[in-house]
Amino acid sequence: MDPVPLIAAVVAASPPVIFAVLGETLAEKSGVINLSLDGLLLLSAMTGFATARAAGSVPAGAAAAMAVGAAAGLVVAFASLTLRQHQVATGFVLTLLCQNLAYLLGAPVAHVPGPQISPAPVPLLARWPAVGPVVFDQDALVYLSFVGTAAVWWYLSKTAPGLVLRGVGEHPAAAAARGIAVNKVRYLYAAAGGALVGLGGAAFSLAVKPGWSRPYGIEGTGWIVLAIVIFGNWDPLRGVAGAYLFVLLQTLGTVLQSLMPRVPTQVFPTLPFPLMILALLLVALGNSERIHRALHRLPPGARRRLLRTLRALQSSPPASLGASLEQE
Amino acid sequence: MRVELREIRKFFGAVRANDGVTLAAEAGTIHGVLGENGAGKSTLMKILSGTLVPDGGQILLDGAPVPIGSAARALRAHIGMVHQDPLDFPSLSVLDNFLLGAPAGFVPRRGRARDALRTLAARFGFALDPDARCDHLTVAERQQLEIVRLLWLGVQVLILDEPTTAISASQRTHLFAALRAMAAQGRVVFFVSHKLEEVQELCDRVTVLRRGRVAGEAPIPCDTGRLVRLMFGRELPRAPRPGIPLRPPADQPPAAMKSTPVLELADLAVGDTLLSLEHLFLHAAAGEVVGLAGLEGSGQRLLLQTCAGLTPPIGGRIRIGGRDLTGRPYQRFLAAGVAYVPAGRLGEGLIPGLTLADHAAIGEPRRSAFVDRRQAVRSAARRIQEFNIRGTPDTDVRALSGGNQQRALLALLPARLTLLLMEHPTRGLDLESAEEIWRRLLERRAHGTAIVFSSSDLDELLDRGDRIVVFSGGRVSVPIDARRATVEQLGELIGGKGL
Amino acid sequence: MAGAAVLRILSASPAQAYALIVAGAVGSPERVTFVLAAWAPLLLAAAGLLVTFAAGLWNIGIEGQVILGAVCATGALRALEHLGPPWLALITAGLAGAAGGTFWALLAGALRAYGRVNEIFGGLGLNFIAGSLTVYLVLGPWARPGIASTSGTLPFDAALWLPALRIPPVAVPFEVLLGLAAIGAVSAALRGTYFGLYLTAMGHSLRAAQLRGVATTRETLRAFALCGAFAGLAGFALVAGAYSRHQLFPLISAGNGYLAILVVLLAGRNAAACALIAAAFAAISMGSLQLPLAMQLDSSMGGVIQGLLVLSVIVLRGFQTRFLREGT
Repeated sequence: MDPVPLIAAVVAASPPVIFAVLGETLAEKSGVINLSLDGLLLLSAMTGFATARAAGSVPAGAAAAMAVGAAAGLVVAFASLTLRQHQVATGFVLTLLCQNLAYLLGAPVAHVPGPQISPAPVPLLARWPAVGPVVFDQDALVYLSFVGTAAVWWYLSKTAPGLVLRGVGEHPAAAAARGIAVNKVRYLYAAAGGALVGLGGAAFSLAVKPGWSRPYGIEGTGWIVLAIVIFGNWDPLRGVAGAYLFVLLQTLGTVLQSLMPRVPTQVFPTLPFPLMILALLLVALGNSERIHRALHRLPPGARRRLLRTLRALQSSPPASLGASLEQE
Repeated sequence: MRVELREIRKFFGAVRANDGVTLAAEAGTIHGVLGENGAGKSTLMKILSGTLVPDGGQILLDGAPVPIGSAARALRAHIGMVHQDPLDFPSLSVLDNFLLGAPAGFVPRRGRARDALRTLAARFGFALDPDARCDHLTVAERQQLEIVRLLWLGVQVLILDEPTTAISASQRTHLFAALRAMAAQGRVVFFVSHKLEEVQELCDRVTVLRRGRVAGEAPIPCDTGRLVRLMFGRELPRAPRPGIPLRPPADQPPAAMKSTPVLELADLAVGDTLLSLEHLFLHAAAGEVVGLAGLEGSGQRLLLQTCAGLTPPIGGRIRIGGRDLTGRPYQRFLAAGVAYVPAGRLGEGLIPGLTLADHAAIGEPRRSAFVDRRQAVRSAARRIQEFNIRGTPDTDVRALSGGNQQRALLALLPARLTLLLMEHPTRGLDLESAEEIWRRLLERRAHGTAIVFSSSDLDELLDRGDRIVVFSGGRVSVPIDARRATVEQLGELIGGKGL
Repeated sequence: MAGAAVLRILSASPAQAYALIVAGAVGSPERVTFVLAAWAPLLLAAAGLLVTFAAGLWNIGIEGQVILGAVCATGALRALEHLGPPWLALITAGLAGAAGGTFWALLAGALRAYGRVNEIFGGLGLNFIAGSLTVYLVLGPWARPGIASTSGTLPFDAALWLPALRIPPVAVPFEVLLGLAAIGAVSAALRGTYFGLYLTAMGHSLRAAQLRGVATTRETLRAFALCGAFAGLAGFALVAGAYSRHQLFPLISAGNGYLAILVVLLAGRNAAACALIAAAFAAISMGSLQLPLAMQLDSSMGGVIQGLLVLSVIVLRGFQTRFLREGT
């Protein structure tokens, strides 16, 4: 099999997951978990499609989806930061609420044709062998996912506000002592992260899976995204790598499906979930003290090599993730 | 810059942390703020640095009232504070810590910041690697980083809250020299401490606080007796600590001591992701007290938890009362009469949200599947009375003060103990509570319980321990006889000399 | 109510919709009976969740545990259908359901206790796996003779239905009594037993409970097992209940587990409140089934109302603790 079309297909199908991973990474880096991702992706996908259809404009749809995402992020932030309620509780309720809202409000636009983003090959570069079809013969959202990944990485690691964002998630009391308005920062990134997740939803309904239906077929993806953020160690580049890996597995699943006609088709979409558990198990393994203790028994050379592998798997969340800042 | 605080008031519920505090410090001086734990020193300094908002009073800089009430405003007024627990970002690099929150533009110029960090650090003789992770630094280095950072921000008023609690003697000498140099450049340095000698060594003037009020002010040098009277409101009642037979005379050890060691570590190796310690040997006899000295995070906690059966060792054996318990579950250690009292009183030692009666029920042997509430309440009431805890069986442990929590932790220990492992038995407690705790511990000791405790208070280690083990830089000393050791020796060992 | 605003977007009359929901729930004795039948699985699942919530565990995997209970109960009924007396088959099926739920819950519990995989992700992954297991069984080994369709397995004979208590004009399904007994027993056990005390201690601080000598790993597994058993019974009720479809079909749990999480989030540890809220939620769910026919509204309106209810309670609770008590 020629790998180029497969890779091109994976890259084309990745923007929704990439945007969602980047958005959740931003929010969690600041200390806010937005657990509502699974419902939020559905709601923003539906909103994006319905708005684009009504306005006859794809960008308008994307903007509406981002607004919905930002609003959901603000709800989580308000409940946890201002009202000090449990982030998991709020996020979980919001998951179900968003999902039901999407089905309810989306019923009129289910199974109807609507606008979708058009391919935009870059002149000349698209004809570059191998690289062209993968990188330069895509739609605007794919290009945006490239730029977005680089931008989020740059923002987090190189800029002053990015440093503040990391500091707020790591040790809010210390950030406050440096004159940083911790809650304001968290509201900001809960909203910005939500907006990115919303863009991910729109990337589903306007590009990867055009249209709307109930069920829409992406149910469960939000949970996978949350797992990818953990697997990615809250690092945008590792997270995006995880996103590509997930989409690759999904794509391979459909290939596998055609090769194994006797297994019911409904089984294949669930394949990522055991893999998600496995991935999280690996992360836990990397963090496990027991493993590290066992390693001490090995000769130094082998120990060092194994430690390096384990460290690559290790994952440490922003220290204040999920906790609200207690002000005296 | 001249700093003046006028009539500062701050109440926490019924507690008057600051009740009309007035003081003034001149530019170019080091001003000591002296007082016991709980006298209101930290509260006052947190108000000056904007971390706390006062309920009343005024702050004047060079005679002009300045509204402070947030850390941002304090920094704009060139006031900065180095907190007792480092308020930095452990997982970020030194350079990132240096830059975070600084007005350095959207994309900070890292090269320039790195130079500034190096230059400033070198000026005061600090060695800071800009690329090291902050949590790999010693407490002293983290303090230095904070100081350098604040100086870079142009701070003219520098506050240090109990900066010497977790650093070695040589590091302290170093710090004092740097502080003197900073004051010589015209800054005001506030030095908060409860240690008389340090204030006398370093400061130009001192304000003594007692129970939230100014007890008095004095220029340094000043008669020690006078400072003591101001601090405690009376003469220091004792020297060293009275009322307790500190150690039995060497020639007649208690009968229990002759028996087999209750704790025996043979070539033990312990480790976690950050740290590993090897070749640990220790015998503790019944009725013996062993102190663990060293900077926080040098492995004392790891050793205590390994002895408690919470963390299995990497190598070697642990014997409790002669029985080999290496690798056995925590429950077996409990059954063997081992108890561990962690530093975190709430959330580690006590279960927040549960009452004292609940705690009593969890600790007692169960006779059926059902909890006997009445029995639990009776048991809790008995312990409350015996240990003089301010609370009832139905009090949520969160509502207890620090001293009462520590007493409750001791009260909840089983009646018979072979080995008691304790972290920082008296940290954060006032003198009376601390003494009460040690009275209880020494009672246990008299009954033949061996006690192993960690502390960062060198006096406590020397006064209470029979032998001391020093942890430093991944290494562990052989047990030292506490009767022959001095503060200076311990300080040097902790600082890494001679290990 | 916020629900009204949602309906306005769809230019539907809120008053009419709410009237329809109420009529759909209590409009006739028959409808009340259906609500009672929908109440039972919620009660059973909520009883289980009281256990895990006490220990501070987010057993989101309960949905899969309900499904596996239904699968195992179906298996037992199929095996014993033509052997022995029906009551024996029913009792065996009940036990099998409980065992299936326990097994599935223990998987999530073991992943958390030994593999350090957060129970939210472990549970969710297992939910999706349980879902596709059902699809596989319904289309594969347990397909109806001749036609494999997603509509479900061959319905069981009336002899294998759970009885209902006739209290004219309504009928009270047997499983409702089971559910009420479960809620009562669990709440008493949490208050009066060492098991309950240990779980409560773990819920407040896992570390402190462990240091005080509670065998936290064992108690965690027990909590999961007990919750799974009740969830499995809920699955059994969904298959064998007097007013169920008497068959296994995809989506058999239909979000009952998730809904029970909302119930317990609202009610806290209060058993009576749990029962009442579960009843109200069952009524809303059944009532909103009338909406698609009468108003062309999607039945997810019920889920929207439930979600909004819980969200507003979380917000109100936050306001209460944050702003009212601070004033005094």
